[in-house]
Amino acid sequence: MHKLFFIGMMVCIAFTACQSNSNTLPIIGQRDAVQKEVDGKTVTDTIYHSIPAFSLLNQDSVLISDKNFDQKIYVANFFFTHCPSICPTMQRNLLKAYEKYKNDERISFLSHSIDFKYDQPHVLKEYATNLGVDNEQWQFVTGSKADIYSLADQYFVYTKEDSTVPGGYDHSGYLVLVDHNKHVRGAYEGTNDEQVSQLLKDIDILLKVYE
Amino acid sequence: MLVILLLYLSSCQSNISIQTAQYAVNGKKLYVSHCQNCHGTKGEGLAQLYPPLTDHEFFEQNRAKLSCIVRYGMKESILVHGKTYKNQMPANPKLTELDIAYILTYITTNFGKGDSIYHHEEVKQALKRCDI
Repeated sequence: MHKLFFIGMMVCIAFTACQSNSNTLPIIGQRDAVQKEVDGKTVTDTIYHSIPAFSLLNQDSVLISDKNFDQKIYVANFFFTHCPSICPTMQRNLLKAYEKYKNDERISFLSHSIDFKYDQPHVLKEYATNLGVDNEQWQFVTGSKADIYSLADQYFVYTKEDSTVPGGYDHSGYLVLVDHNKHVRGAYEGTNDEQVSQLLKDIDILLKVYE
Repeated sequence: MLVILLLYLSSCQSNISIQTAQYAVNGKKLYVSHCQNCHGTKGEGLAQLYPPLTDHEFFEQNRAKLSCIVRYGMKESILVHGKTYKNQMPANPKLTELDIAYILTYITTNFGKGDSIYHHEEVKQALKRCDI
């Protein structure tokens, strides 16, 4: 009986050990193969989807860009301050991650407002303060409709101005995990507790890569 | 449905009547779809954005006003547990008087310390005197 239990334990340990070894996050999005010449030989390189350069106004009316997130991993999402539907739950969950990693310079958070009319920097500032965000680690940004909505596409987040839905904007509630190379490494439904815990696990996995 | 009701009755204070429990069970479903996003699964609210629904004293002092808040939302700031909340609350024009009675019964008996029902009639009367 004891022997059987021991074997069982060993199998379990071996199994979990294997799992943690293969714990790498996928790079999400379309990939292209390009031919290029290295040392006189033609090699095929894979170009992964990455978040393009951007420049947006934050809650302190300061222009921030993709450069602010260099050498960091970050979690991005799309919301608006008077959103009555999914945003409160999504932000409640992102707040958990922010509080867990507060003052950890390896990670940032970036919330884009899709209400380009109402969510001016001072509105975002008041929202951030009321949410309990008191440092620069979590940025709240606004920009033109074209800038924000096309950026959302790059994060694989659906956004649409729609007068028929509560609040006037329709969007998906993904929390998107981005690595140092601006590659998307995961998208998690911000209103789903299980997926949010998976995000917290995956953040740790990704942080380990850069140790 | 019956199981939930029984669970509810057995897990909560014994001085809650069956009808109150019925109202609360119906209110829970409505709460999840209309209120929970902002006010949270346990009525805990969210930071300084959305107030918690656990201030029993507030409920006692504003009993009639609660129906109006649910139906018409709220524009002025509000003091809950000694903290001021300034965000506007959106209106819920689609909720019926009975829906509001269910929701208020659920909130006050679950998150507050209340044990009394909000009857349909009470909500109806309260909505007639809303100051909006």
